[in-house]
Amino acid sequence: MELLKTLVVDDEPGMRQSIHRALSGMNLTFPEIEDKIGFDVDTAGTGSEAIGKIRQRRPDLLLLDYKLPDMSGMEILDQVQCDDNEMLIIMITAYASLETAVSAIKGGAFDFLAKPFTPAELKAAVAKAIQSLILANQVKKLAREKKQVRFQFISVLGHELKAPINAVEGYLEIIKAKTAGEQVDAYADMLNRCTVRLYGMLKLIDDLLDLTRIESGQKKREPIQVDLCAAAAAARETALVSAGERGVRIRLECEEPVQMIADAGEMEIILNNLVSNAVKYNREGGDVRIRISKGQDEVRIRVADTGLGMTPEETGRLFQEFVRIKNAETRNIPGSGLGLAIVKKIALLYQGDVTVESKKGEGSEFTVILRQPGG
Amino acid sequence: MKTQKTKTILLVDDDTDFLDQLKLQLETRSFRVITAQSQQEAETVIRETRPDLAVLDLMLEHFDGGFSLAYQLKKADPSVPVIMVSGVAGETGIHFDAATEEERDWIRADVFLAKPIRFEQLLREINRLLG
Repeated sequence: MELLKTLVVDDEPGMRQSIHRALSGMNLTFPEIEDKIGFDVDTAGTGSEAIGKIRQRRPDLLLLDYKLPDMSGMEILDQVQCDDNEMLIIMITAYASLETAVSAIKGGAFDFLAKPFTPAELKAAVAKAIQSLILANQVKKLAREKKQVRFQFISVLGHELKAPINAVEGYLEIIKAKTAGEQVDAYADMLNRCTVRLYGMLKLIDDLLDLTRIESGQKKREPIQVDLCAAAAAARETALVSAGERGVRIRLECEEPVQMIADAGEMEIILNNLVSNAVKYNREGGDVRIRISKGQDEVRIRVADTGLGMTPEETGRLFQEFVRIKNAETRNIPGSGLGLAIVKKIALLYQGDVTVESKKGEGSEFTVILRQPGG
Repeated sequence: MKTQKTKTILLVDDDTDFLDQLKLQLETRSFRVITAQSQQEAETVIRETRPDLAVLDLMLEHFDGGFSLAYQLKKADPSVPVIMVSGVAGETGIHFDAATEEERDWIRADVFLAKPIRFEQLLREINRLLG
């Protein structure tokens, strides 16, 4: 049980005692938290006693009489309020006017309780106050987590952007110092590597822009009638050059047009990412099979390869940003680490998802499910 | 003239360009260079040969692959100097140093360098450690 430090301030001893008794025996449960909430109750009979106790041991919950012999409840609040450590304040008042209620809330009270009140009314007011505190804490926690995720993303991004710059700079230093001798030919590979790294960096920036546009909702989406078979044929064309270099065959299975209302750019991103991955992570002379099919209320894009495949542990983290499966086989395959994260984000925009089935050493099949917007 | 035995340096980094560049630069300074591009590859090298010095990237397939390699190297031969290199220190807020005895003992490295490293600086540390 979690004990909420509670201070009851009232000049009537009977009122202090009855609140003390009611709260001490009370425990509340909330669906958001596991622990029960109980109350560790202290009391004060005057304003100065209350201020002393608040300064010494700041309560979580303050039940404060509006009118005390030496000062008003508002004056106490003025003296002890600070922003960083919130107290839940419930103002107790015998004069339940709108005016006192408004000034109490303005002064930082969460709620007010009109005398006389029943234990049930006290319980309801306290429960409501705690509920608000729980919600506020959850909002804060979410904001913190969001900041943390953002920080990690930017850290990794910084690292990913610096790596190619460092590589190119390193080669330029070598070329400048003529470390490999006077022959120009000796530097051909280095210059080639520079262009490869710069190209990779451009791809990363492009992917990053796609990702942020999709995430922020800023990307202008133009839903039109798209034939996914034609789009897949175009993605196949695009991949043919790199596939040809490695002897990979790409087969497209789509007998009749599969129409869908979608943003053509988004469909292109999905298909290009999946097909180029299927080529990149294939073995020499392997096969890629693209299948487009239409179900009752969904469209399925399936892209299978006969390549490296993955372990269940690897497929588990595949759709996260900047996750690239690093091993001896994938080491020299370029990629931004954002492609599948983007595919997933787009699929979610279409109330769909992307999944993968993979077997290490045999290949992978990615399935994207898309549903009509509003359908 | 006194002939000096050629010193062997083990370079471990998953960035192939970083490896190629350092290898070339060190070879022109008459070092023998063995490279490994993964933790697994490096572990094989460590089992089979005993380099005179190792330059390890902290982050390999796993976040702390370099630490694990440094530990294995030092366990096999505590006298082998280890230079740990990383590009992540400044960005993640994770800060390492090998300035004190306690830190060196803890991270099992003799020197910690943040990427991008300047070759002259690396060379100076290598010469100092092999001194």
